[in-house]
Amino acid sequence: MADDSKVTIQVDGQTVEARKGAMLIEATDAVGIDIPRFCYHKKLSVAANCRMCLVEVEKAPKPLPACATPVTEGMVVHTASPLARGAQKGTMEFLLINHPLDCPICDQGGECELQDVAMGYGGDISRYAEGKRVVPNPDIGPLISTDLTRCIHCTRCVRFGEEIAGLRELGATGRGEHTTIGTYIKHAVASELSGNVIDLCPVGALTSKPYRFTARPWELRQQAGVAMHDGVGSNFWLHTRGSRVLRAVPRDNESINEVWLADRDRYSYLGLNASDRLLTPQVKRDGAWHPCDWSEALRVAAQGLREAAGEEGGEQLGFLAAPNATAEELFLLQKLARGLGSAHLDHRLRQGDFSAQAAEPRHPWLGMPVADLEGVDAALVIGSHLRKEQPLLNHRLRKAALRGAQVAFLNPLEFDSNFPVAHSLVASPVALVTELAAVAAALAGASGKAAPAGLIPEGTAPGEAHAAIAAHLSEGERATVLLGALAVAHPAYGQLAALARFIADASGACLGFLAPAGNSVGAALAGVLPHRLPGGDDAAASGLDARAMLEQPRRGYLLLGVEPELDCWDPATAASALDQAACVVALSAFTSPDLLELADVLLPIAGYAETSGTAVNAAGDWQSWNGAVPPPGEARQGWKVLRVLGNEFGIEGFAQRDSREVLEELRAACADLAPDNAAPSAPTPTQPVLDGLVRVGEVPIYACDAVVRRAAALQATDDHVEACVHLAPADAEQLGLNGVAQVSVTQGDLHLTLPLSVDARVAPGSVWIPAGVPGSSRGPACGPVTIDKA
Amino acid sequence: MNTIVNYLRSLFLLELLKGLKLTGRYFLSTKFTVQYPEEKTPQSNRFRGIHALRRYANGEERCIACKLCEAVCPALAITIEAEPRDDGQRRTTLYDIDLFKCVYCGYCEEACPVDAVVLTRVYEVAFDRRGQNIMTKQKLLAMGDEHETQIAADRTTDARFR
Repeated sequence: MADDSKVTIQVDGQTVEARKGAMLIEATDAVGIDIPRFCYHKKLSVAANCRMCLVEVEKAPKPLPACATPVTEGMVVHTASPLARGAQKGTMEFLLINHPLDCPICDQGGECELQDVAMGYGGDISRYAEGKRVVPNPDIGPLISTDLTRCIHCTRCVRFGEEIAGLRELGATGRGEHTTIGTYIKHAVASELSGNVIDLCPVGALTSKPYRFTARPWELRQQAGVAMHDGVGSNFWLHTRGSRVLRAVPRDNESINEVWLADRDRYSYLGLNASDRLLTPQVKRDGAWHPCDWSEALRVAAQGLREAAGEEGGEQLGFLAAPNATAEELFLLQKLARGLGSAHLDHRLRQGDFSAQAAEPRHPWLGMPVADLEGVDAALVIGSHLRKEQPLLNHRLRKAALRGAQVAFLNPLEFDSNFPVAHSLVASPVALVTELAAVAAALAGASGKAAPAGLIPEGTAPGEAHAAIAAHLSEGERATVLLGALAVAHPAYGQLAALARFIADASGACLGFLAPAGNSVGAALAGVLPHRLPGGDDAAASGLDARAMLEQPRRGYLLLGVEPELDCWDPATAASALDQAACVVALSAFTSPDLLELADVLLPIAGYAETSGTAVNAAGDWQSWNGAVPPPGEARQGWKVLRVLGNEFGIEGFAQRDSREVLEELRAACADLAPDNAAPSAPTPTQPVLDGLVRVGEVPIYACDAVVRRAAALQATDDHVEACVHLAPADAEQLGLNGVAQVSVTQGDLHLTLPLSVDARVAPGSVWIPAGVPGSSRGPACGPVTIDKA
Repeated sequence: MNTIVNYLRSLFLLELLKGLKLTGRYFLSTKFTVQYPEEKTPQSNRFRGIHALRRYANGEERCIACKLCEAVCPALAITIEAEPRDDGQRRTTLYDIDLFKCVYCGYCEEACPVDAVVLTRVYEVAFDRRGQNIMTKQKLLAMGDEHETQIAADRTTDARFR
């Protein structure tokens, strides 16, 4: 650990106290003394190669770079003395020698660090008359555009790649004037955090490709927002002009996203401007869609649901909500469902097993604040492609691993990781439970704590790796066991969760849930669950969960932001249930083909940038924002639509005039609820019989929700996944499928032909077929599958 | 005495003759009334008439969509939209100047880094329909093409003072 003692220095006659060992620039930044800089960045290592921060230090023979000079007791520094200014101006002149004067066509113009510093330190006339350097621009993918002639070789992007993204993507080659920044390997920058180099680049050498040339910084208005595509809840600024969102940039929040933003959060705004936005309410009559006004659409929707409910009241109605809806929308949906007498409501669309839902915590969470994840000493991540699923949580865990934490993964596929992994257990979904049980058995043996009866199957013998993981978890001062999306989709999720809970208890680690979407935790708190009311109290009678209400079709459904073919655990069953229903009312921002096919009333609602709202992230942080732009066309904010729908049914408690009033009601309901992963009751999971080949329906990073699926630039990256079957070499050999291009996939009654890829990352017994991707198998995301020659 | 002088003055209509002398002088002198529209007043080479967008000699439009004119315009008369052209260059897709808003201050010309937007010597502007007050990109470029010789000559004359 760094020495916490302080030293006192003099800067420009001001007495400054600084941490011993800190660099001079940190001390001056802390008290607001400005020293110009390009290569220094507080989150990156010190390179000291731009020389812009040269300052005069008394008793030093030459000016010293403030970013690489540690403070010492009694140091006397002049940042603006003739010597320091001369050095800074000289550096500036050298930097400008090769920098083109193309500010008018540069996207960085107006927000450029070089431009700003040149105003203060540049000369008014260039003494340089020779030819300037020109560098060809490599194509580094659909997200980042390059103009390397503008590069000033600060190497921030290179250091970002090595230190933060964990991939050596950009590198500097050549020396002196011949230095160029390029990709070492000639393909697109593959990090899920790659967009951050745009913010890091002090000049216009790396800029955003989708935003290219569309606006200038002084035209933009800035509105705070919160990303909804993973459990992190990253803070960002939405930059808007008129009624369009033109880009998103990170908003510093040290406790959540630091200064970073994942590409998914940065570019998902492109989906808001997609061509298939739903702009007017529509009603289906005799199989054809008719646009109509709001009053008619709401009347038809209410009448349809009323008729579908019939005399049984709410019993015949099902309510499904996407977990990235705002907390206000979710709370009103809950009120509407319960007001109509239905207990069939759920947001856990991709969950495979609900047998142990009574043991689910009332306020599930990560088990710790987001920032604390980087302080763990040991971690076991169960069923998660963490790097793509929760990019910034992965970044925190990476920091822990680089510090020496023992991180273990248990997955049905061997996923790439950008940090050293202590143990990577890869087992088919069938063996996933036994592998986890083996870790539990090792812990039971070591700690002497007895596991609940029947939790660990008879004859489970822990191997070396299991014992090592168990030992790391118990020895680590701060250890954590995390459950990810692939565990949630597992048909024995109840059992996996119970085992994870036992492992956490026996090892003294803390159990954490990786909330799959921006408001999964918020949805649980808002009571969008069949067995819980807002605030986590048990409902009088438990209704049908997301899977059951589709397997036992209802006569009426209300969908909030759900695309049933892509968002549900079992799309085929969902489609057939919705098809049979007498009335399906869909609140959606988009007209997706499945909704046009299955719904009866389409009500256009606002996207995430167009509505005020609140989200509760994985760590239980409540974050509210205001709408940045108005919703397009006739679309209205979701909470308003639900409120009017409530009035249409004549239900009490739908008189809110403001989304804040809705939020206050929800907060009042959750007033005495603190994040806590304790199980309210002892879990009694059923153990499903799984055998043979099992599909692993991993949801690719850019298929997670409706907006992201429509962000064209993200879909053009290498992380875009086409429907394909990935089979372990051993299984391919056994099935005689080596060298076969197309295979037939059978899940229950569903057959389809998909391309085959024999992939060594897949565990024998697993078949990796992505979910949430158009054209992929429509069967359960995790369930038995048969593969034959096409 | 005064009374006599005044009497004589009014008797010989001296004031009237003085006035007639002035009238006569102007009557006989060279006229400076311009018989518009047959005749026109001379113009400065810095005359600020309606706008034009210029091209380079090879026919390429000069404007690079930097939006500095839009930013500097005190009357908010200029609206620009831009995107990458097919060859990747930064170009406008929309360049509108609302002549109802424009105050002909010439700041746009001053701000332009590539001498694309200029104020020409053309001042005879009349609209008979709503919408004609908007100078679109096509109209501006056509204006530039039509008057390029004059525009270029004026800029050359003024170059010494810039």
